[in-house]
Amino acid sequence: MSGIRLQARDLSVGYGGRALIHGIELTLRRGEIMTLIGPNGAGKSTILKSVIRQLELVGGAVCLNGRDMARLTDREISRQLSVLMTAHVRPELMTCFDVAATGRYPYTGRLGILTREDREKVEQCLALVHAADLADQDFSCVSDGQRQRVLLARALCQEPEVLVLDEPTSFLDIRHKLELLAILKDMVRQRRLAVLMSLHELDLAQKISDWVVCVRGDEIARQGPTEEIFTSDYIMDLYGAARGSYNALFGSLELERAAGDPEVFVIGGGGAGIPVYRRLQRQGAPFAAGVLGENDVEFPVARALAAEVVSEKPFRSVGEEAFRRARAVMDRCKRVLCPLESFGPMNEKNRLLRELAREAGKLE
Amino acid sequence: MKNLTRRYCLCFILLAALVLALLVWNVTAGSVDFTSGELLAALLGPRDEAGIIWGIRLPRVLAAAVLGGALSVSGFLLQTFFANPIAGPFVLGISSGAKLTVSLVMVGFLSRGIVISSAALIVAAFIGSMVSMGFILLLSRRVRQMSMLVVSGVMIGYICSAVTDFVVTFADDSNIVNLRNWSLGSFSGTSWENVRLMVVVVGVSLGLTFLLSKPIGAYQMGEVYAQNMGVDIKRFRVELILLSSVLSACVTAFAGPISFVGIAAPHLIKGLFRTAKPVVIIPACFLGGAAFCLGCDLIARTAFAPRDMSISTVTAVFGAPVVLYLMAARRGGRGGAA
Repeated sequence: MSGIRLQARDLSVGYGGRALIHGIELTLRRGEIMTLIGPNGAGKSTILKSVIRQLELVGGAVCLNGRDMARLTDREISRQLSVLMTAHVRPELMTCFDVAATGRYPYTGRLGILTREDREKVEQCLALVHAADLADQDFSCVSDGQRQRVLLARALCQEPEVLVLDEPTSFLDIRHKLELLAILKDMVRQRRLAVLMSLHELDLAQKISDWVVCVRGDEIARQGPTEEIFTSDYIMDLYGAARGSYNALFGSLELERAAGDPEVFVIGGGGAGIPVYRRLQRQGAPFAAGVLGENDVEFPVARALAAEVVSEKPFRSVGEEAFRRARAVMDRCKRVLCPLESFGPMNEKNRLLRELAREAGKLE
Repeated sequence: MKNLTRRYCLCFILLAALVLALLVWNVTAGSVDFTSGELLAALLGPRDEAGIIWGIRLPRVLAAAVLGGALSVSGFLLQTFFANPIAGPFVLGISSGAKLTVSLVMVGFLSRGIVISSAALIVAAFIGSMVSMGFILLLSRRVRQMSMLVVSGVMIGYICSAVTDFVVTFADDSNIVNLRNWSLGSFSGTSWENVRLMVVVVGVSLGLTFLLSKPIGAYQMGEVYAQNMGVDIKRFRVELILLSSVLSACVTAFAGPISFVGIAAPHLIKGLFRTAKPVVIIPACFLGGAAFCLGCDLIARTAFAPRDMSISTVTAVFGAPVVLYLMAARRGGRGGAA
C-alpha cells in the first residue's frame, strides 16, 4: 500500500452531471501535504467538494485508504477524513469548546453525549491549535483567525487520517496565516496526517507543500513536487499573467516594469537598491541598474523592474567590460541615484561610476 | 461542566413548576372560579365529564399545553432546518396550508352531514402542511436570502387564508360559526377523545425528534460539516421536514393556526438555557411552548370574560415583538444576508 491515503482515479468533477474538469489523477500519501493552486474559478473548490462527497462525482472514483468512497458509509468516512471548508459557520450559542466537540460526533452514542474521554480529546485538540484559552468563549464572537483554528481543532477531534482544507488562510492576516500553516505542518509531522488543500497564496503554497497540483479550467495542467512546479515562467503561464512577474526563488510578485528608455541610472547592490527600484516603478520612471553581480540579492528584482540591467557573472569583481557598458548606459540617463554605500574590492568599479556621475552633475 | 448541568436542571425545574402552576391556574380561573381545594376534590373524586372541570376545563388546558409544546418544537426544527431564527410553522405558511385543507375537508363533509373523526382532520392538516412545505422548499432553492424566504412564506399564508375565507363564505350557516372560530385559532371545545389522540401523535413525534438530537446538533454547524461528521443528509432532511410538519399539522387540526409560538418560545428558551444543544433544548422547548400557550389561553379566556378571544390574538401580542426583536438583532449583527 505504501501509505496511500487518498487516491483519485480518472475523476471528472462538475455541477449537475456536467463535467468541468476531466481525468483527475491524484495520489496522496501519509505525512504529505498536497496543495491545489490555480487561478480563481479554475475549479480547486469543485475538486475538493467532490472528494469530500459534497458534490456528486461526474465520473471516476475516489479511494480512501484503498476503498472506494462510494461504497463506504458516512460513519466510516467520518472516522478517516475530516474537513475545514470555506462555508461560513455561525452556530448560535455555542462556545468554541462546543464547536470543536462536534468533531467527536462519529464516536459518541445515540444522543451524542460526551464522555470524559471525549472531553479530554477535545481539550487536547484545542491545545494543539493554541486555542485552549478560547474554550469557553462564544464561537460567534472570536476573530477570523481564532475561528479557523477552532474549526481546525474540530476537524482534528474527528481523529482523521486525511484532512481536506479549502483555502484555510483566506481572510486571515499575515500573522494568522503563518500560525495556521505552522500548526498544520506540525500536525502532519507529528501525526503523519495526509493533507489535501487549496491555497491561493502562491508563496505559502510553495513553502508548505510537498506536492503541487495546478488546476486550470478544464484540466489538471500539471502536477509534481513543489520544486518542479515553482518555476517563474510556468507560474506566470498558469495564471495567464501578462502584466508583472513572479519570482519563484523568493516567491515574490513584482508589478510590470515602466516602459521606455531608461531615464534614471541606479548604482545598486547588496539589497540597498530594491526600495529605489520599487519607488521608480511606482512613479512610472523607466530606469537602468548596474553593475550587479548575477548572484546579488537584488538582481532578480532589478531584472523584473528595470528597463536595462548591467550585470557581472556570479562571484566576480566588476570587470572592465561591464564597467564600459554601465558607463554607456549611464551617459544616456538624465539622473543617477546611488543608494549603495559600502564599497569593496568586488564593486570598486561602482564607486568609479559614482564619481563619474558626480563630476557630470547627474548624481542626486 | 458541573455548573452547566446545574443550570440546566434549575431551568428545567423552573419551567416544570411554571407549567404546573399555569395548569392549575387555568383550570381554576374562568367564568366560574374554583378554589384549589375544589379542584383537588374534583380530581380525586369520580370522573364527572359533565362537570366544568372534567368536561370543559381539563381537556382544554391539556390541549393548550400539548399543542403549545408541539408548536414550539416544530418551530425549533424549522429554525434548525433553514438556519434562520425567524422560521416557524406560522410564518412560513405551513399552518395556513393545513388550515386550508382542513377547512376544505370540514366544509365538504359537514355539508353532506358526515361527521369526520379527528384522525381524519390530522391527516388533512398534514397534507396541507406538506403542500405548503413543498412550496417553501422549492422557493428556498431559488431564494438565497432568508428574509425573502420568510416573506414568501407569509405570501403563501395569505393565499391559503384567502382560499379558506372563500370556502367559508360558501359553507352552510350552521358550519360557519364553528369554522370561523376554528380558523382564527382556539382551544375551546376540545374533547377527551381529541386530547387522547393529540397526546399520542405529539408524544410519538416528540420522542422521535428527541432521538434525532444528535444529527440536529451536527446540522446546526451547517450541511457541509454535518455530512462530514457522518450524517446522512438526505434522509435527515426528510425526517426533519416530516416531523415538523406532523407536529404543526396536529396543532392546526385541533386548534387552528396559532401564530408566533413556534418562534417566540424556542427563542426565549434558548435565552434562558443559554445554549442551543438539541438534547436540552427539545424537551425545554416543549415545556416552554406549553407554558407560553397556557399563559396566552388564560388571558384569552379571562381578560374579556365571558367572551373568548382567539388564541392567535394573544400569542401575536406576545410573540410578534420577539420576532421583531430577532429580525432587528440579526440585521444589526451581520448585515442581513444569511
